This record gives sequence, structure tokens and C-alpha cells, in this order.
Amino acid sequence: MISIGERINGMFKDVREAIKNKDPKAVRELAIKQTEAGASFLDVNVGTAAADPVAAMKWLVEVVQDTVKTPIAIDSQKFDVVKAGLSVAKNEILINSSKGDPEELDKFMTLAKEYNASLICLTMDKTGIPQDVERRMEFAMKIVEKAVEHEFELSKVYIDPILFPINVDQKQPALMFDIFNQIKMISDPPPHRNVGLSNFSQGTKEKRLLARIFLTMGISYGLDAAVMDVLDKDLMDAAITAEIIMNQHLYSDSYLTACRK
Amino acid sequence: MEIPNVADKWSGTVNEITLGATKDKGGTRTKTITIGGAKSIPFMDFEGNPGQKPVVAMDVYDVPPEDWPETLAKPFADVLNDPAQWAKKCVEQYGADLICLKLEGIHPDKGNKTAEETVKTVKSILAAVGVPLIIWGCEHDEKDNEVMPKISQAARGECCLMGVVTQDNYKTLTATCLADGHALITLAPVDINIAKQVNILVSEMDFPLNRIVMFQSTGALGYGLEYTYSIQERERLAALTGDKMMSMPVICDVGHEAWRTKESKSDDKEVPQWGARDERGPMWEAITAVGLLQSGVDIIRMNHPKAVAAVKKCIDRLY
Repeated sequence: MISIGERINGMFKDVREAIKNKDPKAVRELAIKQTEAGASFLDVNVGTAAADPVAAMKWLVEVVQDTVKTPIAIDSQKFDVVKAGLSVAKNEILINSSKGDPEELDKFMTLAKEYNASLICLTMDKTGIPQDVERRMEFAMKIVEKAVEHEFELSKVYIDPILFPINVDQKQPALMFDIFNQIKMISDPPPHRNVGLSNFSQGTKEKRLLARIFLTMGISYGLDAAVMDVLDKDLMDAAITAEIIMNQHLYSDSYLTACRK
Repeated sequence: MEIPNVADKWSGTVNEITLGATKDKGGTRTKTITIGGAKSIPFMDFEGNPGQKPVVAMDVYDVPPEDWPETLAKPFADVLNDPAQWAKKCVEQYGADLICLKLEGIHPDKGNKTAEETVKTVKSILAAVGVPLIIWGCEHDEKDNEVMPKISQAARGECCLMGVVTQDNYKTLTATCLADGHALITLAPVDINIAKQVNILVSEMDFPLNRIVMFQSTGALGYGLEYTYSIQERERLAALTGDKMMSMPVICDVGHEAWRTKESKSDDKEVPQWGARDERGPMWEAITAVGLLQSGVDIIRMNHPKAVAAVKKCIDRLY
């Protein structure tokens, strides 16, 4: 499981304050805690309140990589903000994210290639987010085509079919499973299958339980990456256990210990 | 038509371990042996670096073996009572890369030798040969836990490979090997899940993963070789796909197992149709070893000089 730790985000008050006051303490703590919890990437998002998002992104990336060697997911759909983050990056980078419009994909894939970064691509464009499996898969295929055209390694492509909150449209989550399955078969090697997990259960009363169950069900259909709360130990252990059940790791009685390392 | 490239890509590597320590590293060995390092399955060097060549450790017993057939005992007839001379002969005449001292005589039912006597034996072998040592207990937990720590201390700094620890008995030997700078053999009889479990347990005692060698117990040709083969193959694939708890080099015990079979032991008069025992026995041992080499093995314990020579030749040709 590629777990992308979501906590360094200007939407959270502690991070917003940290950016505003240029006080790295809270960001450093979150970088360390999420790394210790097993995060594969640390998502870095300046939020909407930052006065100067370009400067804020540079600062966040620098603070994180001064603290840990964990790969970073630069989270912004603004090209100049992403580019600013990349310009100071020393750690391995995942760009989060590009929309599926051809011109957006051209821009972001060229940039990702230049910095040897990976790229999350959303199955949507400027006209909006499709609601069905078929149109999402059309996007997925176009993304793969673009990657081939740019000679961009498919193992560095993450397709995000956009998981809706369960309390917004209850029909949507179940469609994801079919999509994960189909993306797995789109190419060899296939692109990764990513979702934003916390968004899914945002505002519900059983936020953690919903996230945990969706993640484990998703893994059984081929979900292999998620922007998620890596500090939720039950969630992380559930993901490991789902992968054990899917025979992705060798079982041993202490498999949790082994996989947490 | 273009022939598609079907080579696999592997993300993991088998850990590399250097056994034995020379004077500048705190030991007295004149030679060290490095094993592991494979980045591909055996003999598929077009997929990745095959790593270090497998090596042959020849067995030396602390007491003269009682059940060795004549064919096997003959080459060692003059030294079976003297482990140091036995070891010397294996290295100087038969080209052993390492010596595996099997402490059969400490077993309560097979001589019950004391730790003091055994320490003397170990020291005499260390003095007689310059190659690294494998020191293998009698697999009686209580007796091993009593004797092995003393041996570990006596050989401190020599970076021996000590064994074996199991899921149910690992703490004593792990702690003492950690303190004295030795490497460790983890045993799980033909069970890949337990193999991983023992490695996890040992690593939880802060024993470094890159000082562990795995042992799955060995089946000779006709006596379960295929079980050993398939477990070792799965272990190697786990290592190459990046499972850190399974990235250890592997040892197997071919000599002892091959020479227990009726095919290698039976007298010429009993089974004339099987061919001469002096050829048949070493052949059985060599074929078991060469078969297992394909699954991914780093150290092979062997007995008969003819089999050792055949297997070493095969390794040299293939690597």
C-alpha cells in the first residue's frame, strides 16, 4: 500500500498557523509522526489561506525535507505552485495532481519527467467530474495514452477516479471497485490506483470506520494508493491485513510488525 | 518477428554477509567468505547480478560419526578422531570454503560432552585452519543453550556462523551472537511462514538482518528434495520482490541428508543393479546439491570429497 499522509495541509489549523508565522515546529512534528506511522509519501498542501502560495509551498517542502527523507507529494493543481515545490525538492516527489484535459496532462507530464517525479492524474477535466464507470475509464485510457506518448513510465502514473463522499452520492463508492479492477488491466505494468480517502467519509459520524472498510474493500479490487490519515493505526493495520489476505505479502504470525517496518 | 524480452525486473537484493574476521577486523582468520548479494534468480544473470558464488562448507564432527558408511568414512579414516586434523584435511586437500563443525557429541544421548571440552575442540579447529567456521549445535534446546554461549564467547570476534535458532528457542543464542559478533542461522523446518516469523523474532532483539542465514531443513534427492526446493525458491522470490524479512542468504545441509538414504548407503552386494557404492553415494550427494543450487542457495554443507569436487566444478562453470 502506498500511503500518502494527508496531515501537512493548510486546511488544518496547526499547519495554517505554521505557514502564517513561518514556525516550522508543527510541520516538523507532523513529518516525523507520519513517517514513523509508515507513510510512503507526505502530502504537502499550502491550503487556501496562504497569502503567497508559491513561497509557502517552497517553505513547506524545505521544512519537510530538512526533517525527514520521506518522499513528498506536492499537493496543488496550480502549475506554478507545483513547479515552485519541485524547484527546491531533494526528496523523491509525487505530484498531486493533474486534471485529465490533454493540455493539462501535457504540461504536468513534461514537468514530472523533467524532475523524475511521479504524477497523480484525475479522471476529470474542465467540464467536470464524470459520474459513471465508462467515462472515468475513458479518462484513464487517455491518461495512459498520454503517458506512452510522453514516454512517461507507467509505474509513475497514479490514476485517481475521484471518490465522492458517501453522504453526497451513495451510489458512487461501489463504482470505484469496478474501476480499480479495470485500471489494473489497462497496461503492463498498470498505473497505480489512488483515492483521497478522508474526503470519502468527511462529515459522517463513522468517519474512521467508513474509511477503514472502504480501504480494505478497495485493496481487494486493486486499490494500491491513498491520500489518507496515516496516523490512524487501525486504518494502517487494516490495510496491511487486507494486503496479507490478498497474498501481497508473505504471512507470518508477526506480519503486522514486519509490514509496519 | 521480434522476440519479446521476457526478463523479469527485481526490486530486492539478497543480503550480503561476510563470514570470518581477519586480524585487522578482530579475528584470526586468514580468509573470509562473502555470501549473498543476488539481485536475480540463480543462473539468470540477464535479469540482474547473480551475486556471490555459492560456497561449500565441509562437515567436521566433534565425535567420530557412528553411522557413516564405509565409502564416506574412507577419505577421512585417518582424522575422524581429531576434528582439527579433519578440518585441515577438508581445507587443504578437498578445497572446503568453510568448515561446519557439527557438535553431535554434546547431545545428552550421544556423548553429552561438556562445554569446556567443546570449547577446546573449537579452539583447536580455529588454530588448525584459516577459513571461517560454521558452528552447529546438537539441536537439543537445553544442551545447546548451555554450551553454545560458551563457544560463542571463546570464538568472540571470529565472526562465525552459529546455529540454529527456532521459533521456540532463539533468545539465548541470538543474544550471545549479538554480543560476540557472530552471524546466526534461523531454522524453520519446511515452513516459509515460520521462516519469516523466526527472522522477525530475532530482529526484534535488535539482531541485524544482514547477519542472518536461513535454514529450511533439507530433503535429499528422493526424500523430499522438492519440498526444500520449492520453499527455497519461494524464499528467494520473496527476497527479490523486496521482503526485508526474507532477504537472507540460505544454507542447506546436503551431506548429512544424502548419506542417510538407502541409495547412497546400501552395500554393492545388496543392490548390484544400482552400481558401485563408491560412485553411487557421492553422486547422490552431488545431484542433491546441484538440484538445490537452482532454487537459490548460498552455503551447501557437504561430506564426500568427490561430491564436493563435482559441485564446486559445477558452480565454477555456471557462475
